[in-house]
Amino acid sequence: MRVGLFIPCYVDQFYPQVGMATVEVLERLGIEVDFPEAQTCCGQPMANTGCLDDTRPLADRFLQIFSGYDHVVSPSGSCVSMVRHHYEALFHNDARLHHLSEHTWELCEFLVDVLKVEKLPVRFPHRVGLHSSCHGLRELRLDACSERMGNQHSKVRRLLAGIDGIQLVDLKRCDECCGFGGTFAVAEEGVSILMGVDRIEDHVASGAEVMTATDASCLMHLEGIIRRRNIPLRTMHVAEILAGRNWQ
Amino acid sequence: MNAIHNTNHTGSRNSPPALDHPQLANIFTADQARAHWHDGALWFVRQKRDRMAKAIPEWEELRSLASQIKAHALANLPEYLELFERQATEMGAVVHWAADGQQHNQIVYDLLKENRAQRVVKSKSMLTEECHLNPFLEAHGIEVVDTDLGEWIVQLRGEPPSHIVLPAIHIKKEEVSETFHQHIHTEEGNYDPTYLTRQARHHLRQKFLGAQAGITGVNFAVAETGGLVICTNEGNADLGVSLPNLHIACMGIEKIVPRWIDLSVFIRLLARSATGQPITTYTSHFHGPRVGGQLHIVLVDNGRSAVRSHHTFQEALHCIRCGACMNTCPVYRRSGGHSYSNTVPGPIGSVLAPAMDAHKHHSLPYACTLCGSCTDVCPVKIPLHHQLLAWRGEMAERKLIPLSKRLSMKMGRIVLGNSLLFRTGGWLARFGLRMLPKWLTHHRLNTWARQRDLPIAPKQSFRALFQQRKKRHQD
Amino acid sequence: MNTTDNRNPRRTILDRLRSQSVPHVALPNLNAGAWIEYADPVQQFTEMIKLVGGNCQCIDSVSSVAKHLGSFSQRLEAKRTYSAVEGIPGNVNLGDCHDPHELENLDFVVYEGALGVAENGAIWITDRDLRHRVVFFITQYLVLLVRRTNIVHTMHQAYAQIAPPRPGFGVFLSGPSKTADIEQSLVIGAHGCRELQVFVL
Repeated sequence: MRVGLFIPCYVDQFYPQVGMATVEVLERLGIEVDFPEAQTCCGQPMANTGCLDDTRPLADRFLQIFSGYDHVVSPSGSCVSMVRHHYEALFHNDARLHHLSEHTWELCEFLVDVLKVEKLPVRFPHRVGLHSSCHGLRELRLDACSERMGNQHSKVRRLLAGIDGIQLVDLKRCDECCGFGGTFAVAEEGVSILMGVDRIEDHVASGAEVMTATDASCLMHLEGIIRRRNIPLRTMHVAEILAGRNWQ
Repeated sequence: MNAIHNTNHTGSRNSPPALDHPQLANIFTADQARAHWHDGALWFVRQKRDRMAKAIPEWEELRSLASQIKAHALANLPEYLELFERQATEMGAVVHWAADGQQHNQIVYDLLKENRAQRVVKSKSMLTEECHLNPFLEAHGIEVVDTDLGEWIVQLRGEPPSHIVLPAIHIKKEEVSETFHQHIHTEEGNYDPTYLTRQARHHLRQKFLGAQAGITGVNFAVAETGGLVICTNEGNADLGVSLPNLHIACMGIEKIVPRWIDLSVFIRLLARSATGQPITTYTSHFHGPRVGGQLHIVLVDNGRSAVRSHHTFQEALHCIRCGACMNTCPVYRRSGGHSYSNTVPGPIGSVLAPAMDAHKHHSLPYACTLCGSCTDVCPVKIPLHHQLLAWRGEMAERKLIPLSKRLSMKMGRIVLGNSLLFRTGGWLARFGLRMLPKWLTHHRLNTWARQRDLPIAPKQSFRALFQQRKKRHQD
Repeated sequence: MNTTDNRNPRRTILDRLRSQSVPHVALPNLNAGAWIEYADPVQQFTEMIKLVGGNCQCIDSVSSVAKHLGSFSQRLEAKRTYSAVEGIPGNVNLGDCHDPHELENLDFVVYEGALGVAENGAIWITDRDLRHRVVFFITQYLVLLVRRTNIVHTMHQAYAQIAPPRPGFGVFLSGPSKTADIEQSLVIGAHGCRELQVFVL
C-alpha cells in the first residue's frame, strides 16, 4: 500500500510535531508513509475566499503530486474535505481526481475506515475536551453531528475513548464552531474572538485540561487566545494524543 | 451569472449600507455581555429544536421528502401557480400578480383605497417587510399595526425585525418596558413579560376591533385546493382577518406546494425547526373568502425568479422561513440580525440578499465560518454553506471583494505554487517570529494578533524533521 | 433580463419562469411513510396538550362535560358563552349576530373538534355550519371536545382524513394562544384564547 502523507502548509511550518505524530501513529501500525517534497498547499484558503483562479494552479499541483498513491492521509479534516468535496468544481472529468477524492483520508477516518483500528496501545491520563472541527465533522462526518437525528458513526471520539487513562469531558455545546474560519478570523475579528473565547470557556468549565481537535487551524486560533489570556488549558492535535505524546 | 442581476426590486432603500457586516458585528460584539445574552437566547431555541426533532424517528426522512416536494414544485412552478390561481378564483378569491415590490405595494394600497380602509392590522409577513409595505402605506395616510407582539415591539421602536421568527429577540425586557411605557403608558419600571404581554393584548384588541382590513403573510399555498396556510402562535392572523371584511394575503411565488397532503410534511417540520414546538398554536387553512367578505391574494416575484434561474442558488427558494439556520448560526447568534442589513438575516439571508444586490451585500457570504451547521439543521435541506461558498466565487469574479484580499490570495498562489518559494517563505516567517521582538510581530495592524498570540515558531519545519528521521532510520 | 410588462405582471412572471430550466424531481408518495406510531395515542395526545399549555381531561360523556364545565365557567365568571355542542348550554346565538364585532365580549366557547393529533396535541376545527369563525379567536376561554376514536398518530393521517371546507376555514389548534417574544419568556394568552380546556370523550 503506497501511502502519501499530505501535511497542510501551515502544519509543515508551524506545527511540525503534528506531522511527526501522524507519521508515528501510521508507522506503528505498519504503514510506511511517503512525504512528497514538492507539496505545498491544497488551495483551500483561496477557494474559501472565492478566488478560484488562484486555487486552480494549486489544486492542479496537488493532483499531480498525489495521484500516484493508493491512499493519501492528512492530519486535517478541513484540507481533506477540500480535496474530496471541492476539487470537483475545479476539474472537468479528470479520472485522476476520481481516485484521489475517494482515497484521501483524514487521519482518524483512515485508521477506522481503512485500517479498521479499534484501539491504540497508548496512554493519556488526562481530562480531554474534543473540539469537533467543523469540516471534519459536517463534511467528512467524523463524528455524530448534533443537528442530525438517527444513528451516526463516531470515529474520532471512539478512537480517543479507547485510549488508556483518558477521560473525555462533556461539553455544554458538543460541536459549536470555534470561529477560526480561515480569513474569517481576521475579516470578522469581533465575532471570531468571541466564538473562540466561548469555545475555550466551555472546555474550562467542563474540567478539561487538554483541548484536542482534528484540525490544527482551529487550535492555532484557540491557542492564540489561550496564550494571550493566560487560560489554564492546553491544546493538542488529535494525532499527538493518538501517538501517545505526553503532556509537556 | 448574469441572470441573477435583477433590477426589478423595490428601489426605495437600496443604497449600500453605511457599514458592512464585520463593522456592524464588531459593534455588536463590543458589548460582550449583550452578545452573550443574545447567543444564549438563540441557543436555547436551537436546543428546543433538537429535543423536538429527536422525538421524531423519521426526522431525516421528513427533511428529504420536504426537499423533494419543494424541488418538484419549483421545477413546475408556472403550472402550479396557474392551478392555484384557478382553484382559488373558483372559490371566490381574487388573485393578483406583482413582478416586484413596488407593484405589490401598489396593489395592496389600491385594494385598501377601494375599500376605504384607513386602519389595517397586519400579521407577520417577511414579504411585506422585504417590499417595505408599511412605509409605503403610511406615506399614503394609512395606519398599519403589526400585531405579532415581537413585530409590534420593533414597529413601535422604529426598527426592522432582527429575526424572521423572533423579530424582537435582540431587545431586552427592560427596553420593551420602556417602549411600552412611552407608547401605551404601562407602568414605568414594570418589565414583567406577562404584564407587558397582557397590556399589549389589551391595547391591540382595540386595534383589531377598529381595523377595516387584515393583511397576512402566507406560509404555504396549496395548488391542488387553492388554499392558504398561515401559522401563528398568537392567533393574531386569524383574529385580524375574521373581524374586517377584507383579507389581503401576500405571498412569494415560491410558497406553493402541489398537494394538500404535502402540508403534512411541512407542518411537522416547520414549528419544530423554528421554535421547538410540536406545531404552532394555530395552523389555519383558508379556502376562499368568508361569507360576505373578500380575499385577495397577491403573488409576488420580486427577485425570486432570478434566484430560480441559477442552478447553484435555486434551492434557496425551498426555504420555509423557519429561522433554524439563524438560531444555529454561531455568527448570527453573536452578531445580531441587524448586522446583516437585510430583511432576512443569517445564512439564508446571506444567500438571498446578494441575489438582489451583490454590491450592497458583498460582505454577507463572508459573514460565515463555513461550519455547515445551517445546512444540517435546515428542514428542507438547502445546502446553505455550499451556497455561501459559491457566492464568494461570484463576488471574487465580479471583483466585489476588497483589493487587499484579492492581492493576498494572488500572493498566496505564487508563494504556495512553488515549493522553493514556499520553503523560503516558511523559513523567513518562522525565523522572524522567533527573532523579532513581540511588539514588531504583534502590532495593531496585524488583525490576527490584536487579541490572539501568533503560534510559537518552531526552529524546523516538518519536512526538515521528516528528512532527518528518514536519514536516521536508513543509517 | 426579460422585459417587464408593467401592465401584465402575470404574464411577465409566468414567461420568466417558463424560460428557465429547472431539473425535474418526482413528487414523492407520502402514503407509504414509516411514520411514528404511539403505543397509546390518547395518552400521547393528552400529554402534548399539557406540554403546549392546555388542559386536557378524559371523560365518559357529554353530560359529564357539562358538569365539569359548570364549575369551570363559574370559576371564570363567564357572562357570554357560545356553545355548538348539543347538551351544553350557551347564551349567545350566532344567528342573531350580524357583525362579528358584536362578539367582542365573548367569554366562553364550546366546540367539538373533528379530529385530534397525538404527535402535537392539535385539534382540527372548521367553520362548517358556523357563521362567525371569529368565535375561536376572540373568546377569552375555549373548550374543545374530541372523541378518542378520532385521535390519529400523526399529521400525515390527519391530512389524509380531513378535507378542507371549500370555500371555508379550518384550523389545527394546539394549546392556548401564546407568545415568547419578550426575552423568550413564555406567556400564555397572546391575542387568541387565554386558556384551552380539552375533553377527550
